Amino acid sequence: MHKKDLGLLILIIVVGAAVALINPRFLLPANLSNTANQVGLFGLFAIGEAFVIITGGIELSVGSMIALLGTIFIDLIVNHDVHWVAAVVIIVAGGCVLGSVHGLLITKMRLQPFVVTLCGLLIYRGIARYYTQDATAGFGFGESFPTLEWLTTGRLLGIIPNSMIALLVIAVAMGILLHRSVYGRYLFAVGKNEEAARYSGIPTARIVTSAYVICGGLAAIAAIYIAMYTRSISPAVHGSFYELYAIAAAVLGGCSLRGGEGSIVGVLLGVVLLQVLQNLVNLLGIPSSLNFAVMGAVILIGVIADQQIVLYRQRAATARGRLHAAATSSQEAVEKPRLK
Amino acid sequence: MVGPLLELIDISKIYPGVVALDHVSFAISPGEVIGLVGENGAGKSTLMKVMGGVTEPSGGTIRIDGIERQALSVTEAIRAGIAFVHQELNLFDNLDAASNVFIGREPLYGGALRLIDRKRLRAAVQPLLDRLGVDFAPDTPVAELSLAQRQLLEIVKALSLDARLVIMDEPTSSLTLAETDRLMSVIAGLKGNGVSVIFITHRLNEVRRCADRVVVLRDGRVVGALDRGEITHDAMIRLMIGRELKALYLPPTRIPGRERLEIIGLRTGTYPAQAVDLAVRSGEILGLAGLVGSGRTELARAVFGIDRTLGGSLRLDGEPITISSPRDAIAKGIYLVPEDRKRDGLLLDMSVASNISLPDLLTHSRIRLVDTASEAANAQRQKERLNIRAPAVSTAVASLSGGNQQKVVLAKWLAMRPRVLIFDEPTRGIDVGAKNEIYRLLRHLADSGVAILMISSDMEEVIGISDRIVVMHEGRLSGFLERDQFSEQNVLKLAVGHA
Repeated sequence: MHKKDLGLLILIIVVGAAVALINPRFLLPANLSNTANQVGLFGLFAIGEAFVIITGGIELSVGSMIALLGTIFIDLIVNHDVHWVAAVVIIVAGGCVLGSVHGLLITKMRLQPFVVTLCGLLIYRGIARYYTQDATAGFGFGESFPTLEWLTTGRLLGIIPNSMIALLVIAVAMGILLHRSVYGRYLFAVGKNEEAARYSGIPTARIVTSAYVICGGLAAIAAIYIAMYTRSISPAVHGSFYELYAIAAAVLGGCSLRGGEGSIVGVLLGVVLLQVLQNLVNLLGIPSSLNFAVMGAVILIGVIADQQIVLYRQRAATARGRLHAAATSSQEAVEKPRLK
Repeated sequence: MVGPLLELIDISKIYPGVVALDHVSFAISPGEVIGLVGENGAGKSTLMKVMGGVTEPSGGTIRIDGIERQALSVTEAIRAGIAFVHQELNLFDNLDAASNVFIGREPLYGGALRLIDRKRLRAAVQPLLDRLGVDFAPDTPVAELSLAQRQLLEIVKALSLDARLVIMDEPTSSLTLAETDRLMSVIAGLKGNGVSVIFITHRLNEVRRCADRVVVLRDGRVVGALDRGEITHDAMIRLMIGRELKALYLPPTRIPGRERLEIIGLRTGTYPAQAVDLAVRSGEILGLAGLVGSGRTELARAVFGIDRTLGGSLRLDGEPITISSPRDAIAKGIYLVPEDRKRDGLLLDMSVASNISLPDLLTHSRIRLVDTASEAANAQRQKERLNIRAPAVSTAVASLSGGNQQKVVLAKWLAMRPRVLIFDEPTRGIDVGAKNEIYRLLRHLADSGVAILMISSDMEEVIGISDRIVVMHEGRLSGFLERDQFSEQNVLKLAVGHA
């Protein structure tokens, strides 16, 4: 575990302990179980966002994708009698297709990720609303899909939410992919220095595109889990701002928006911190309208503190390395004679 | 007789371990045009920085209008009327010409609102444009100006600061002949108005045309000054070179083999009209010399698949090959050590080991998972083989010295199976010790049968290490030199386009 992750973990424990002291209900199994469920739902797509951020990009359409794919999912199994397994496959494939379109627009047409995914945010939200004619999509009375429901909203031993278990399984897989595989190394390399990666023979366009595909796929899985959790979807608001949760979690977890940095553990801890904060607002009787303000303030303070620590370390390092640096720079200033 | 405008007396600049300027003295009078020539690293840019107040000299005196200045600051230099036209133009291409000239000094109106008075701005710039005979309007966006026009705009900027001395650093390096002519007449005009000009260049023809006097720098010293009548090509080149070649180069131990890489009719985007034919033989080091901007790097990038080519083909050991990305080139055993190692060669924040294994990561993996043990062992082998001085292979590359960073770039490729290695400025910005190690390595590689194409602007290096030299001038090959024809004079002649 990195120092940064450790810091985040300590912050979570401190905030958690403070909330628990003020309102012991925080530690009630039911509350913890609910929070864990939320962590599971948000963590699924936050991991996808992290992949994109590590390439130096951004994916803003996650919330709209969750609305659109969730709406279609419910429509497929409720109104079109598609078997839920087939529907899951269709939705995940759909998420991957959307992601690959983003990736191709960014790598082949050289559009900026922000612009491409901002358009996605608008387009998917609009389609979702049109698709249901702005009505709420949901399960009819008495309709049930026991296996699907157990897998998504069930609780192992009646307490551990299966969404959390799904998140852990996916996190382990994605963690291995990101931190242990050749692909993951390429992803970091492209995020750090795309030119150098290209000069080393890495297919940079393919790597960047794949990050958006992974993000789309995970957003689709999250869309299914969230749809099953809410059981009804108002496409105008369902999943709105979720992309910002995802970005916040990734950044809290140590992803740099410049690319090339981040870890799965960090993202998971970021998601946990955000959910604990949400819980804090609820349990401490802070007006829920302040919800976003509290989260924003905590993230800002966290980022400032982190920056200060980095600066402090750098200054210490510079002081140590000054002699060495002086020698190196003088060497570069005076090169040997050349024909220019 | 008016006294000199600027006098430099015994100016020295000593960096730890290196003397960049060694008791440099010269003076420039009002309305005088001085050509400052010398090879790269001769101290031209340090001297420029001293005159601009950017760098404080370690010793010596600067006099402006006869008044001694202990430490010349940038503001003082500007106030004294010293202006620069830099090689990399410092213009904002999202603004128009007039705004660029008065950037930071805009005429304002509207009191606290501080609105820019565009009318007055243009009115102030127009006479300056007229004075230089410039053919664009003050409100032309800089993005629409040609390179020559931008250069002129820089001069306008200098004039707007009431410059009495304009120092131009390689002003013609990107100009066409007609544009150069224009600049020459602008310089004559400046001279007529009593403005002094210091003209730094490697284009000796131009110096001969416009300079009243030429000052030649070498290894931080003024090695000679030529008055108008004495300025000739040969005299300048003799002064610029004037040193013995040091024997740090190993001679080849084998006769070059068959043609390994053949470049046939290759055209790049920079010089679309020029088709290049070149063959590198197995076991030889082919030096590719030429001026900066002569198209050498573009050629290398095209062969390695970074840039698209406009035509032409490649053959490897006689077999036609197609390369459309670095991936293709690497698969064929054609590797490139890029000119800018920080931008194109390294992942600075990553470890030595991950940098070395990057192009060959699949070899150091099992079921597509990175085998860190194999990766580290490989990096350790390369570290020892190339004598990379790093505390460990897990050290971040950013903390290494330039020479060791370059060795990491080399190690990437040496760990694989090179057939053709293209080096673009292999020893730029690295110390002598590491240089020698790299030269030795180049020779060993060639002796093992690798074909080496070495782009270098370092004359000593090109002559010392190459088995053959090919010289490029404005996108075409201007000549081949065999070992017995090697001399700085011959290379220089071909590089400036003299056949």
